[in-house]
Amino acid sequence: MVIKTIAGALLVAGLAFGISNAALADKKMAPKTLMGASAQALSDTCAGCHGTDGASGGPGTPTIGGLSKAYFVELMKGFKSGDIPGTIMGRIAKGYSDEEIEKIASHFSGLKFVPAKQAFDAAKAKKGAKTHEKYCEKCHSDGGTNTEDDTGRLAGQWTHYLQSTMADFISGKRDMTRKMKKRVMKLHKKGGDAAFDELMNYYASQQ
Amino acid sequence: MAKRINRRNFIQSAGAVTAAGVIGMPGLALGAGKKVVVVGGGTGGATAAKYLKRADPAIEVTLIEPNKTYYTCYLSNVYVIGGGKGIESIAHSYDGLAKHGVKVVHDYVTGIDAAAKKVTTKGGATIEYDRCIVSPGIDFKWESTPGYDEAASGTIAHAWKAGPQTAMLRKQLEEMKDGGTFLLAPPPNPFRCPPGPYERASQVAAYFKKHKPKSKVLILDPKGKFSKFGLFKQAWGKLYGFKEGSDEGMIVWRGTPKGSDDNKIVKVDVAGKSIETGFGSEKGDVLNIIPAQKAGKIAFAAGLTKGDWCPVNLRTFESTIHKDIYVIGDSAAAKGLPKSGYAANSEAKVAAAAVAASLNGKDAPVPAYVNTCYSIAGPGYGFSVAAVYRLKEDGSKVQKVSGGLTPSDASKSTLASEETYAHSWYKNITSDIFG
Ligand SMILES: Cc1cc2nc3c(=O)[nH]c(=O)nc-3n(C[C@H](O)[C@H](O)[C@H](O)COP(=O)(O)OP(=O)(O)OC[C@H]3O[C@@H](n4cnc5c(N)ncnc54)[C@H](O)[C@@H]3O)c2cc1C
Ligand code: HEC
Ligand code: HEC
Repeated sequence: MVIKTIAGALLVAGLAFGISNAALADKKMAPKTLMGASAQALSDTCAGCHGTDGASGGPGTPTIGGLSKAYFVELMKGFKSGDIPGTIMGRIAKGYSDEEIEKIASHFSGLKFVPAKQAFDAAKAKKGAKTHEKYCEKCHSDGGTNTEDDTGRLAGQWTHYLQSTMADFISGKRDMTRKMKKRVMKLHKKGGDAAFDELMNYYASQQ
Repeated sequence: MAKRINRRNFIQSAGAVTAAGVIGMPGLALGAGKKVVVVGGGTGGATAAKYLKRADPAIEVTLIEPNKTYYTCYLSNVYVIGGGKGIESIAHSYDGLAKHGVKVVHDYVTGIDAAAKKVTTKGGATIEYDRCIVSPGIDFKWESTPGYDEAASGTIAHAWKAGPQTAMLRKQLEEMKDGGTFLLAPPPNPFRCPPGPYERASQVAAYFKKHKPKSKVLILDPKGKFSKFGLFKQAWGKLYGFKEGSDEGMIVWRGTPKGSDDNKIVKVDVAGKSIETGFGSEKGDVLNIIPAQKAGKIAFAAGLTKGDWCPVNLRTFESTIHKDIYVIGDSAAAKGLPKSGYAANSEAKVAAAAVAASLNGKDAPVPAYVNTCYSIAGPGYGFSVAAVYRLKEDGSKVQKVSGGLTPSDASKSTLASEETYAHSWYKNITSDIFG
């Protein structure tokens, strides 16, 4: 009792409806593969690492639901080109066309940012809050919760990720904007690693 | 949850019927049927059940799984076998799925009648379906390990289905004297989790290094190479004194070149704890034998197999043998994708979207797939393989479009970071599946 033909017919029907659209792809990246997956389908594949709806349970992988769209696109394109270093995102981001990145970014920017539940030192957090106000608030406003500045989300992000990002910035592996660099280097010179440790505790305290 | 039939539903469904060129399916034509039965509540099945509810809450989803607790194979090497944290560290309940509105039935499926669209269980129930998703994992080909069978697995672990097997292996390692040998026999291709046996060897070595430093890990491999070959050999060299082709280090790997039968199992002596291979005989203090694999039992009983695995339409995971039955996870012949938990999770989402679309009279959506496998070779030493895939236009294969391995010159901090991300992956994927 073989009904092979029906499954076959379904496949042929789907293809005949012209969903395949290789023109959408960056040409050399995706030769002759079906393009046009929905934002939901593309974004659901990230959940294994980033959590359902981009809300990461930690302890390292960043939460990506609720980032601003513009910054999300910048991050993905940065991973794709290699401008933004990372352990694995470079390998992943190269699999998506720029159009798909726009779609995925729209999807995640529409979701809620769920702050990480993680441990922190309250005394350090208090000091960190002051440092933030002085050195970072100008661009990372509302205590680092505001994503509308297109500068990423600091408050409630997983500490491990913020730490590796800061380490990449300070070592020069990742470029900072000229103005941020000035502030960060000034703080680094003045307060050293301890100042950044306090900042991290401040961001972790915002749950 | 009876679904009201209005004009719009009716037309949608009728449209689907003509589009697919199918005539005479009264259930679908009336737009009434939205019952899905999921067979197996492991990685693939539990994900599919949850994502069906996310796609369309009006679908009635029944998940049938004999066990009340699911023990993940992933991280079982790290948390239990190497880390001694106990199997509670890899345990997950079905409470989360129930909260999403999935009806969870603890029973074992004995038959699937594709013509009558009914599932029968050991407990005596008969459950009707409009679509059935099957994710029963793997079964062993005991004939690949003469002398070692299901009964023998009571004393010599395979630990390739997690739970009591995993706990038993850990206990035997704890009871082993320092200076003993852990004898590991990995399976031939294809099998679930290609880097798994080698992560296990690493984790046992990590435990030995700390607690029983005179002991050895001896791998008798029927293959000439394996997943993340270079990365594992490099890690073993750095952490456990491994030298390829030599018996010196803590880990010794003996491969089998093509055409040879050097390290293929000829016979297992369970009582004498030894393995006879094409080359000779090796004795161990703790043995771990992983037989060759095939699709889960129910896949054969339901006539879903061709050879050892289940052929599927890679766009939807619908069986190419039986209509309205979808096969995902390790049992599926998902050409291009490895047999891994991440892949099973990804396939489940593709299948859930396809099933929801077909129940609502829509075309099968364009699929997207990802796979990643992290391995932890020792403390502070993680690496990964990752890939993004798409379906080839002719539907013949799931094609990798980007990805690759952790570079072999990765810094110490990258390897440490990857270990942290491996723990994150576990946290996030298990909550994506069961949360
Ligand atoms: C040691 C080890 C390490 C691994 N590490 C990783 C890793 O790091 N990353 C990764 O991605 N993958 C990993 N894997 C692979 C991963 O565990 C499997 O690929 C994945 O679980 C496959 O999912 P599945 O749904 O096909 O099968 P399973 O998860 O095995 O689920 C099958 C379920 O079906 C049930 N079942 C079977 N028959 C019936 C029936 N007749 N009726 C009802 N229920 C039934 C079973 O009880 C079981 O719960 C590892 C595997 C091993 C062994
Ligand atoms: C294998 C696990 C994995 C998968 C799959 C994965 N990511 Fe990531 N992602 C990471 C890790 C780890 C980081 C941290 C950077 C690094 O080390 O590469 C990260 C970082 C990011 C960031 C940066 C966040 C920030 O605030 O700076 C974005 C954005 C992101 N990922 C988006 C995605 C999207 C979109 C997908 C799916 C298309 C995806 N990721 C799939 C693991 C993963
Ligand atoms: C002059 C504006 C400015 C100041 C001041 C500034 N930043 Fe930034 N920051 C940015 C911008 C813009 C980005 C986005 C990345 C880019 O464009 O390079 C960013 C990104 C980041 C990121 C990466 C977030 C992510 O998820 O990828 C971190 C971490 C960060 N900043 C920390 C800080 C800290 C800590 C301070 C204070 C010591 C600070 N920044 C001060 C502008 C600023």
